[in-house]
Formats: sequence, C-alpha cells, structure tokens
Amino acid sequence: MTQTLATTEQTTTDGSTPTTWQGHALTDAVTTAKLTHEQVEQIGARLDEIRAEVIATRGESDARYIRGVIRAQRWLEASSRVVLLFSKNKVAFVVGTAGLSVAKILENMEIGHNVLHGQWDWMRDPKIHSTTWEWDAVTPAEQWKHSHNETHHTYTNVVGRDNDLGYGIMRVDNAQPWSLKLLGQPFFNLVNATFFEYGIAAYDLELFDNLKKGEDRTPEQRETFRRNAAAVGRKLARQMGKDYLVHPLLSGPNALHTAAANAIANVVRNLWTHSVIICGHFPDGVEVFEKTSIEGETKAQWYLRQMLGSANITGSKFMHLMSGNLSHQIEHHLFPDLPSNRYAEIAPKVKALFEEYGLRYVSGPLPVQVAQAWGKVFRLSLPDREPGRSRWSIIGEAVGQALRGRPTERVAVAAS
Amino acid sequence: MTSRSAALSRLIGRAAWGLGALVATPVLPDDYVALVNPLQARDVLRARVLAKMAEGVGVATLVLRPSRSWTTHRPGQYLRIGVDIAGVRHWRAYSVTSPPGARELTITVKAKGDGLVSTHLVERARPGDVIMLDLATGDFVLPETLPDKLLFLTAGSGITPVMAMLRAYRFGDVVVLHSARSADDVIFGDELRSAAAEGQLVLLERHTDAQGRLDPTELDDLVPDWRERETYACGPAELLAGLEAHFEAAGVADRLHVERFQTEAAAVGEGGTARFVRSGVEVETDGATTLLQAGEDAGVLLKSGCRMGICFSCVTKLTAGSVRDLRTGETTTVHDEPIHIQTCVSASAGACQLDA
Ligand code: FES
Repeated sequence: MTQTLATTEQTTTDGSTPTTWQGHALTDAVTTAKLTHEQVEQIGARLDEIRAEVIATRGESDARYIRGVIRAQRWLEASSRVVLLFSKNKVAFVVGTAGLSVAKILENMEIGHNVLHGQWDWMRDPKIHSTTWEWDAVTPAEQWKHSHNETHHTYTNVVGRDNDLGYGIMRVDNAQPWSLKLLGQPFFNLVNATFFEYGIAAYDLELFDNLKKGEDRTPEQRETFRRNAAAVGRKLARQMGKDYLVHPLLSGPNALHTAAANAIANVVRNLWTHSVIICGHFPDGVEVFEKTSIEGETKAQWYLRQMLGSANITGSKFMHLMSGNLSHQIEHHLFPDLPSNRYAEIAPKVKALFEEYGLRYVSGPLPVQVAQAWGKVFRLSLPDREPGRSRWSIIGEAVGQALRGRPTERVAVAAS
Repeated sequence: MTSRSAALSRLIGRAAWGLGALVATPVLPDDYVALVNPLQARDVLRARVLAKMAEGVGVATLVLRPSRSWTTHRPGQYLRIGVDIAGVRHWRAYSVTSPPGARELTITVKAKGDGLVSTHLVERARPGDVIMLDLATGDFVLPETLPDKLLFLTAGSGITPVMAMLRAYRFGDVVVLHSARSADDVIFGDELRSAAAEGQLVLLERHTDAQGRLDPTELDDLVPDWRERETYACGPAELLAGLEAHFEAAGVADRLHVERFQTEAAAVGEGGTARFVRSGVEVETDGATTLLQAGEDAGVLLKSGCRMGICFSCVTKLTAGSVRDLRTGETTTVHDEPIHIQTCVSASAGACQLDA
C-alpha cells in the first residue's frame, strides 16, 4: 500500500498556493508528515543552522578526540594480540579475544566508517583522511565509499536506488512482491550477520548482480568488475593472512587457539555491526520512498527523507562509542560529514525540530530496536494476508506452483 | 662490518619490516611505532620541539629534534613544517638557521601580524609539541668552493638563511648589509655584532625607521667593491626586484643570487579563473558556480557522486589559490601544501588551481 508522505493539497496559513513534496512512503505505517513545501524548506534552513554551529566550533578538542580514539584502539588491538600469543591459556584466550573484538569494533565503527565519510578531512592530516584510510574489513575502502557514501547516503531508503534496503536480497517492505524463496529470509539474514564483512564486500562489488548479468554486461562493466574483484582478492588475502596465518604462526604452539580467537573476534564484530546497522533503517516507523518521489528533490526535501528514513538507538556513552555513533543515525544521515563526537550534542536540537513539525523521531534501546528489525525480517518473509485468504494458503499455492515448475511472484497490494 | 654481513643485516631488516607489514595490515608498522615514539616512525617526518628561545620582539627560535629518518640540509636551505592549529594542519616554509650535521636543528620565526602559523609558533608552541616536517630543499646555497669575496644583502627575516651560512662556514672577506626597522629589530643582532667585533665579518646595519629603506644605488657608497662580490640576497620582493635591476644594469647579474620567501597568494575574491592543471583547461567562473559544474561545463572529467557535499567522492586537491565553501561562505587558501576540497560545494575565490 502506498502512502503519501506529504499532503498533496493543503492550504498554507499565508494563503499561498501550497507546493507539496510528492514524497511517497511505501510503508504501511501511517505517515504523520503533513507538511507544506514552505515548512519543509524551513526545516532545511534550521538544519543548515545546526550544521553551521558545529562547523564554527569544530577544532582542537575534536582533533584530540579522534586521535585519542585511534591511539586507544591501536593499544587495545596490539595488547590483545600480544595476550593471544599465549592463547592456550584460558584466561589469555578470553581476555585477548574480548579485547580484540572490542578493538575490531572500534576500528570499523567509530574510526573506519567515520574517517571514510570524510568526517575528519578538515584536519588535513593525511593519516586520518578519507582519501587514504584503509580499514580492517574485507571490502576495500574505495569500493565501500562508493556504495555507502555515494549511493546509500544520497538515495537513502529509496526503493530501487538504495541497495542497503535489504541489501538487494531481502524483502523490506510490504509493497515489495513476495516470493517463495523469501521464506528463507531470516536464515539468510543470520548468515549475513555472521559473515557480515564478506556480505558487504560482495555487496560493494555488486557480486550477485554481476553473476546474474554475466555476458549481458558492457565491456566497461566487465572491466570494472574484474578490477574491483582483484582488489577485493588482494584485500581478502591480507586480511585472512593476518588473522589466520601470520598471528597464529607467531604464537607458535598456540596457533590454533589464536586462529580461533581471531575468528571469534571477527564474528563478534560482524554480529555487532550488523545489529547496529539493521537498527539504522529497519525498525518500525522508518519510512521508505519511491523512486519518483526524489525527482527534482531540494536539499530540504533530502533532509526530510533522511529524517523519516532513519532511526536512533538510545543508550550509554559506551554504547554510542561502540556503535561508531551510528546510534545517532538520524543526525548522522542529516550530516554525514560532521565529526561523530558531535552528534550527541546536536541530537536534542534535531529532536526538538522533529517535535515542532510533528514528525516521528524513531528511537529506542538496542534490544528493542534489534528485536523490531528482526521481527520485520520474519514478518516480511511471509506473504501479506489477503482478504479471504490466510498466509498459509498463499504459501501453499506458491509451493504448489513451484513444484509444478511455475515460480510466481505476488504483488502484495490488497485488492481495492 | 663486512659488506656481506651488512647486506645480510639489511636483508633481515627488510624481512622483519615485511613481516611487520603483514602483522599490522591494514595500517603500517610505522603507525604502531609512532604510538610509542613518533620520531622513530620512518614513513613520515616529524620533529619534537625541544626548546623555544626568544630572539627579540615577536621573534623566536625553535630547537627541533627531527625524526631519525631526517637526513640533513645545506646552509641556506629551507624546510616546510606542518603544525596543527585549532585541529587543522597548516604548512609553511622556514629557513633552517642551524649549521648542518647536528642532531637538532633550529628555525627562527618572526610573528607576522596576520600570520596564523608564525604567530602560533612564536606565541603558543611549547617544548614537547610534535610537528610535521619535510626534507630541506632550496637552491639558495653556496657553491662547493666558497667565493673569496661575499656580500649578504638581507632585510627582516631574510637574515635567517644567511645566518645558517654564517654559522656553518668561515669566510675570508664577507660583508653583511642588513636592513631592519631599528637596532632592536635585528634578528640575531647580538650574534652578528659580536661576530663583527671579532672581525669575522663586516656588519652594516640599516635601520629603516630612522634611515629609510635601502636604495640599490646606495651600494656604491656602502660597499664600494660590490660588483666584485658574490652577492646573496634575501628579503621582501621589492628589495629583490630593485637589486636585480641594479645588478643587471651594472652587467653583473650573474653575481646576484636571491631567495624569495613565498610569493604572495592571489587576492581572495568572488569567482575568478579556475585552472584544471592535468586537463589543461582554464575557465572563468563566477562566485556562485561550483568548480565541479564549471569544470564539467568545460569538458573536464571530474569525480563526483551526490553533488551536494555529503559523499566526499569529489574530493580534489587544490594546489594554489583560494576557494569558497558555498554552504558556509568560508574560504580556504593554499600556502605551502595542497589542500583537499570538495568541488561540488566550492567556488573559486579569486584564482584557483586544481589537480584535475
Ligand atoms: S559529489 Fe558528493 S561531496 Fe561532492
């Protein structure tokens, strides 16, 4: 069912002809955003002000912050790896693995993700710069920047443009057609979460798309894919080499334990980052948009889409740090290039703006948000109920058709 | 050590470093070395400020201990240093004032009224600070065989490269003709005067507040044999231009060697000429058109993504001139080091030059 995000007809208080944003939400949550064009532009101007305030006060203490986090992360990683040289010892194994897991999370989230966003480019330090940074992940920074910064952040939650929505393999909205294979969606999501860094690499590489299209690709597309795949291969070799060869070998008789510890740390990091990220755009109340809704979009309309398309996580300072401040997903999506340590301070102002315009500031504790997101994964793995038919009979029919060799797709729009 | 064992230890060193690279990936072993001691890391040059000495009003000498991979300099050369001010790195060039070969080196900085970096170094730099460094460079140096008769013609902080030469060499016949606003404003005044008293050099001070600026035609009176001297000059652009014309007219242009401190950056304005160096394209822009747009309109292939300032795909090096961020109105000007800018939200502010 397609919802209209903004009203199409509304009279403004000053009597001017209301130009309205032709935004459409595809969720079945009832949208409360009934804003005139002027109101949307006002919101945009207010957000610009919030950004300008941070830029004007950005300086030495911010620089000290990121350098401090990087230093702490490196000490933690180095000392955890030293402890793991003796990983046959149970205490060393537990302490080292825990330390390494935290180090890897910090490296990916508060440091890598944010540096690659260019949040720290203003320092003009080539060591902490989006053009030079490489991170502890299988996907090369260059490819991730393209799919994440360019595609996801520009086309946030636009169906068909933002592949982060279900990573192109999941059903994330009722308006998406259901098919039988989606029954496996919860399972695939779990696999994806466990091996998230590989999932991201495949995703940045557009691996499945490339495999599917095969010979249908243009020579340039094939060349790009070949080049990118080679880069992923090199990165993969270094990453695997480090965690499963070099460090284990350095720990001599503890080799197997060290390799196991590294594997656990990688999986812990994967599960954690996946959980944080799934909370960003998946929980109930977050809206998705149609392609046509962003044609000729203004900056203010883009802001509004970020506001409605993101969700925050509430929690302690430590949780914010470990999430790379993606717990302030709304603020991050509004201002992806502001230093992450400043999101907490602008959050109350952003929230007040939401309230002023009657918009829903989606936010909740991590367990609740994760549960909601997973609930959605489960719910949407099943077809929608249709008048007079149960889900089971729809599934039954699909199974029957599949058995007869006629896979079918259902469009889940209720007959009206 | 025999050459074979030297080669062997080099090989072992390289193997250890290679292993270190595998251990530390995706960062460098040097990044971990720098955690412990920034001066031990070899991938970037840094220096620690060991001491700061006042040299007079608004002038300070910084004693620096460079990274162990620092090589050396020749007297008269300069080096670029990078300091973080309000979290932002700024690069400027300063003459090395110490003789080569020592473990420490010194630079002497004069705080200019509006000079962000010089003011910072003179007023706020503290022992213990770590700054960035670059190798020494510049061809304002003396030849292998020292000339018999020398004239150093300097003004203001133009004395700094010459000081390195005076400290490094013993000269036979050398005249230093130095201009400063007053006797108190002469950088290294005490050192120069005592060297003169000991007969190591002839010092001619020109105090411009009282005596006015030096005119090249006065050389005949001040240094009658100036035509026979190899002359090394360093100071403001007008002084150097005057000297060049004067030496040229006297037919001894080849005796004059000058050092120019950074050429003045073009004035900051609205719009202006944007040069895309690698594409060899030059366009006139107004103050409202982004460099991305202007470049694309002129057929330059530029990287871009969101075109609204959020994705950083369009980041390109500004190699000279100034740009204005159209969102904040803030301008960015290149001094001694290119700066990465986002072309999709930047417009030319005066002339600018991009590495694209
Ligand atoms: S094109 Fe995205 S920041 Fe410039």
